[in-house]
Amino acid sequence: MKLVFEKRDPVPMSYRVVSPVLAVLLAFLLGTVFLTASGFSPMKVYAAMFSGAFGDWYGISETIVTAIPLMLCGLAVALSAKMLLWNVGAEGQFHMGAWGAAAVALSMPDAPAWQVLPLMVLAGVAAGAAWALLAAVPRAFVGVSETITTLMLNYVAIYWIEYLVHGPWRDPKSLNFPLSAPFSDAARLPMFGYTRIHWGLIFAIVAAIAIDLALGRTKWGYEVKIIGESPRAARYAGMSIERNIIITMAISGALAGLAGMAEVSAIAGRMTRQLSPGYGYSAIIVAWLGKLNPYGVLLVSILFGGLLVGGYSAQFLGVSAASVNMLQGLMLFCVLATEALGRYKVRLVPTGAKGASQGGHGEGEAEANG
Amino acid sequence: MGESNMLVSILAAAVSSGTPILFAALGELITETAGVMNIGVEGMMLVGAVAGFLASVRTGNLLLGVLAALLAGGLLALLHAFMCIALKVNQIVSGLALTLFGTGISGYLGKSMIGVPLPNHFRSVPLPALSRLPVLGPVLFNHDVLVYLSFVLVPAVWYLFYRTRPGLHLRAVGESPETADALGVNVFRTRYVSVVVGGMLAGLGGAYLSLAYAPSWIENMTAGRGWIAVALVIFAVWNPLRALAGAYLFGGVEAMGFRIQALGLRVPSFFLKMMPYIFTIVVLTVITASSSKQSSRAPQGLGRPYERE
Amino acid sequence: MGTADYAVEIRNVTKRFPGVIASNGVNFAVRRGEIHALLGENGAGKSTLMNMLTGLIRPDSGDILIDGKKVALRSPADAISLGIGMVHQHFRLVETFTVAENITLGMPTPRFRLDMDPIEQEVQEFSAKFGLEVNPKARIWQLSVGEQQRVEIIKMLYRGVNVLILDEPTAVLTPMEVKELFQVMRRMAASGKTLIFISHKLDEVMEISDRVTVLRAGKDVFTAETASTTKRELASKMVGRELKPPPPRPRGTFGAPVLELEGLQALGDRGEVALKGLSLSVLAGEIHGIAGVAGNGQRELAECITGLRKTLAGRVVINGKDYTNRHPRAIIEAGVSHIPEDRLGMGLAANLPLTENAIMKNYREDEMGPGAVIDRKRATQWTRDLVSRFQVKAPTLRTPVRLLSGGNSQKLLLARETTHDHNVVVAVHPTRGLDVGATEAVHQVLLAQRSAGIGILLISEDLEELLSLCDRISVIFEGRIVGSVERENVDIDEIGMMMAGIDPAGEGAGPVEAGV
Repeated sequence: MKLVFEKRDPVPMSYRVVSPVLAVLLAFLLGTVFLTASGFSPMKVYAAMFSGAFGDWYGISETIVTAIPLMLCGLAVALSAKMLLWNVGAEGQFHMGAWGAAAVALSMPDAPAWQVLPLMVLAGVAAGAAWALLAAVPRAFVGVSETITTLMLNYVAIYWIEYLVHGPWRDPKSLNFPLSAPFSDAARLPMFGYTRIHWGLIFAIVAAIAIDLALGRTKWGYEVKIIGESPRAARYAGMSIERNIIITMAISGALAGLAGMAEVSAIAGRMTRQLSPGYGYSAIIVAWLGKLNPYGVLLVSILFGGLLVGGYSAQFLGVSAASVNMLQGLMLFCVLATEALGRYKVRLVPTGAKGASQGGHGEGEAEANG
Repeated sequence: MGESNMLVSILAAAVSSGTPILFAALGELITETAGVMNIGVEGMMLVGAVAGFLASVRTGNLLLGVLAALLAGGLLALLHAFMCIALKVNQIVSGLALTLFGTGISGYLGKSMIGVPLPNHFRSVPLPALSRLPVLGPVLFNHDVLVYLSFVLVPAVWYLFYRTRPGLHLRAVGESPETADALGVNVFRTRYVSVVVGGMLAGLGGAYLSLAYAPSWIENMTAGRGWIAVALVIFAVWNPLRALAGAYLFGGVEAMGFRIQALGLRVPSFFLKMMPYIFTIVVLTVITASSSKQSSRAPQGLGRPYERE
Repeated sequence: MGTADYAVEIRNVTKRFPGVIASNGVNFAVRRGEIHALLGENGAGKSTLMNMLTGLIRPDSGDILIDGKKVALRSPADAISLGIGMVHQHFRLVETFTVAENITLGMPTPRFRLDMDPIEQEVQEFSAKFGLEVNPKARIWQLSVGEQQRVEIIKMLYRGVNVLILDEPTAVLTPMEVKELFQVMRRMAASGKTLIFISHKLDEVMEISDRVTVLRAGKDVFTAETASTTKRELASKMVGRELKPPPPRPRGTFGAPVLELEGLQALGDRGEVALKGLSLSVLAGEIHGIAGVAGNGQRELAECITGLRKTLAGRVVINGKDYTNRHPRAIIEAGVSHIPEDRLGMGLAANLPLTENAIMKNYREDEMGPGAVIDRKRATQWTRDLVSRFQVKAPTLRTPVRLLSGGNSQKLLLARETTHDHNVVVAVHPTRGLDVGATEAVHQVLLAQRSAGIGILLISEDLEELLSLCDRISVIFEGRIVGSVERENVDIDEIGMMMAGIDPAGEGAGPVEAGV
C-alpha cells in the first residue's frame, strides 16, 4: 500500500473552514517538541497559558485588551493582502498612529474629551495612512517592492519614537525613563466597567463590518477583488491599479494607526517605546490565519491575545516570552502547509497499481499490462 | 592627515559592517537565481547568529560556532524550500513566516545567552605585506578571516554562475524551469540545494555579527540587515560582483553614523541609526525607477513554483 | 512489415483527463527514415499523443515501442535518451542564454568547468551539416522566430535524437522560412532521421510527408501513403464531413468608420519596434480581418487600440474622436469591446466565479447598483441572463471560470463583451484552441454583431476563418498593413504572398524588407 496524492479543484468548503483549526493544533503539537527539548512539561506550560488567558474573567478581559491592537492591525494587513500587497509595516504605522495621537494629546492638555479624542483619532489615522503612503506611492508609480519598504519604515518609525521619548518629549518628572508626560484624563479612551477593555474594541468591530461590506458590496471592493486575483484582467477591465494601491494602502495604514492611537490613549496614557510587543508582525499571522476575512481576523486576534497573555503566565514557569513568537511563526507555517495540502486528495493505493509514481524504469507498466 | 585617517577608518568600518549583509545577500542571490524568493533572510540570520554564539560558548571553538550557524541557517531554509518547492505555497508569505519563526526561536534559544561573554571571537588578522599597502592595506587587509572568506566567496559565486555547468543549470532553473526540466536538469533538486545554500550563507552572515562584529548575543541583533540584504539583491541586479559593491555601500552608511558622532556633530544618534533604512528605501526606489526594464533582468521564473505538465 | 521496421510504434494507447478521453485506443506507427505527418483539428488528440511519446504524460493503458522494444517514458529527458525529441510550438529556450548555452544545457559533460569555445564550434558543425544557419554566440531573444526554431532542432540533433517530432512548426513561419524548413527536413530524413510532422495544413502535409495519419476525436481514423491520397480525402477524414466552400453572401450595409488608426507606432514587450506606422479603418457593420503570421504586431495592435499599450506615434480614433493613449476605461466607455488573445490571463479572472467575471465591464454603471454600491441580486440576474442567452454550460454561477471548458469560458467572455453598450469589437484569435462546436458559436456571434451594425476588427491566424467571416482582409507584416482585399475579389495566393512580405503587385519581386 502506498499514499497517493491527487489534485482536487475546487477545495471543498468544509476543509477551508477546518484547515486553520488544524493548523493551530499542529503548531501546538510542534511546540511540545521544543518545550520538551528544553526540559519543560508541555502540558503544564499549555495549561498555565490557557488558565492565564481564559481561566478567569480578568484573564479573559486582558486577552481581549491584547486582542484589540491585533484586530486593527490584522484588518490592516488582511485588507492590503486582498490586493496582493504585503504590508509588513503595520508595526511602524501603529507607532506613527500613536505618535499622531500623542502629539494632539500633549499639545491640548486642557481640552475636554469631546475635543481632544476625535482629534486624536483623526491624527492617529492620518499619521498611520501617511506612513503607509510612503511605501504605497513608490509601489504604485515605480513598482518598488512594498514588502521591503514598509519593513524599513518600521525601523524609522521606532527610532523616531525613541528620539522623541529620549529627547524633546521626555517628561522631566519621569526620573530619566524614556517616557513622555502623561496625557490628561480627557485624552484617555474610556474603558468598560472595571476592565481595561476600551473603545478600541468598538473601533475594531466597526472596522471589520465596514471592510466586509465594502469588499462585498461596493464597486471599490469589487475592483480590489479583481486586482488581487488578476492585475492583468483588472487593467483590461479599465480599473486603475495605481489608484487602488494608494487607496488600499492608505486605509490599511489608517487602521494600524488607529490601533496605535487606541493603545497609547487607553492603555499607556503617555508616549513610550514599550507600546507594542510586535503587534504589527503578529498581525501578519493573524490575517493569514483568519483567511483574510474581517470576522476571521477578529476571532483569530482573540486567540492570539490569549497566546500573548498566556505567554506572560508561562513565564512564571521559566518559559521565555520568545516562545510565544516562535509558536506564532510555527502557526503561519502550519496554516500554509494545511492550505497547500488541502489542494490534494490523499488515497491509499495498493503498490504496483497504475498512477503510482515510484518503481523501477518501465517495470511497473510492463507488469500491469502482462 | 587627520581627515584621510578618518576616511580610511570609515572605509575599513564599511567593509566590516558590510560583510554580514554581503554574506546574506550572496545567499539570497543564489536562492533567487534558482527562481525561489526567500524574504526570510532576517530570520535565518538571527538563527545563525544565536546558533553560532551558543555553539562557540559551549565548545569554546569558533569554527564549530560557524559550522553551527551554517547548519542552523540551512535547516531553516530547508523548511522554506519544502514549503515553496514541494507544497508550492506563496513564497512571500512563507518568507514572512520564516522571519517571524526565526525571530521567535532565536529569542527562545538565546534567552540564556544574554549577557554571556564569548570566550574568544574572530579578531583581525593583518595579512602579511598586503596590510601594509597605503589606504588599501588598512581598508581591506586588516580584518578577520570571515571577511577574507567573503573576498573569496564573491568571485567564487561569479565563477560558479558563469563558468561552470552547475552554474548554467542553476541559472536555467531560475530563468525557465520548464526548459531545464525538459532537458533533464533536476529542477527540484537544484532549487532545494540553492535555497539551503542560501540559508547557510544567511546563517554565516548572522554568525559574523555575533562572533566577530559585535561578539555577544542580543535579541534581534540583526536589526533589519536581512531585509537590507533582500533589497541589495535587487540593487545588484542578481550579479554577485555588484552585491559586493552594494554591501560595502550600505556598510558605509552604517559606519558613517558612528563616525559622525565621533566628529562631535550634534545629530541625535537616533537619526543616524535611521540612515541605513532610509537609504535602502531611496536606493531601491531610484534603482527601480531608473530602469523600468530592470525587472526583465530578474530571473524570469522568480517566485513562480514549478509544476510539471 | 515487422515491428522492428518501425522507429516508433504506439499500440492501443488510451489517456483520460477529467471529463475527456484525449486518446482512445490510438494506434500509430512511424517507419524509420520517413516523414510522417500527423493531421488533425485542434482537440483531436495530437498533443496528447506526442506528449506521451516525449514522456510529459503517461498513458493510462497501451504500449509505446521504440525500435520494437516496449518502453516506459517518464520524462522528456527519458525520451531524449531513447532518441526521441520534440520541437514544441512554444519553444523551450532560455531567452537570456546564448544559442550554445541553450544547446549544452542539461548535457552531462563537461561536468564542471564550462568552456564555451568547443561547444560553439560543435554547434557550428551541426548547423553546417543540416543547413541550419545560426550564430552560436547570439542570445535567444535577439533571434527571429525562424532562427529560434533552428536552435530547437539543433538542440535535438546535438543530443543524437533519431526521431524528431515537429509540432506545427510552420505556424510561426513565413512561406519562405517554411521552404527552408522543408529543405532541412528532407536533408534530415535523407540522413536517416525519422520525422513526425504535426500540422493541420493540408498543402504542407501533401508537400512534405511520405505517409500521413489522421486523428479525430482521440482516435486514429486514417493512415495512408501521402501519394495515394488527396487533400479532399484528408480534409473529410479530419472533419468527418465534406468541406464546403463558404456560401456567398450579400454585400453588407456599411456605415461610417467607427475605428480609425493612423500611422500607429509602438514597442513590443522587449523594447523592439513592433508597430511601424500602421493605418487601417473599420466601418460600422463590417468585419475587417487582419491576417498574418503570429508575431508581426497583432498583439501590440490590439493593445494600442484598447489603451493597454502606449502608442509612441500615430492616432487611435474611435467614433470620430481621438483616443490615443487614453486610459483603458475611457476606451471601454467610448464603446470598444475587446476579446483578448489570452482568455484566462487577461479577459477573465480565472479563479473568480462566473458572476464576478460577467460584470467586469459594466459594474461601474448604475444598472449594477446605485452609486458606489454593487447590487448582488442584479449582478446575479445579469449573469444568469448572459449564461442562458449564450448557452454557457457551467455547474453554478459560483463556479470559478478556470473550471469551465475553453469553449464555455470563451462564450462567457463573448457574452459580456457583446452585451454591454458598444459599437466596436476587437477580437484576437477568438477561436484558438476551441472545438468545432464552440468555434461555430463564436462565428455566429460575430456575424450577428455585424448584422447589428457593429464594426469588428478580427485578428486571426486562421485564413479559413477570415475568408468565411470577413468583408475585408488586411495583411499585417512586420508592424505594417501591407495590403488589403475586399471579400468579393479575394485571392488566397495574393494574401499568402503578402503574409510573407512579398509585394504581389511586383510579381514576386522579393521581400518588401530585407531580413525576414
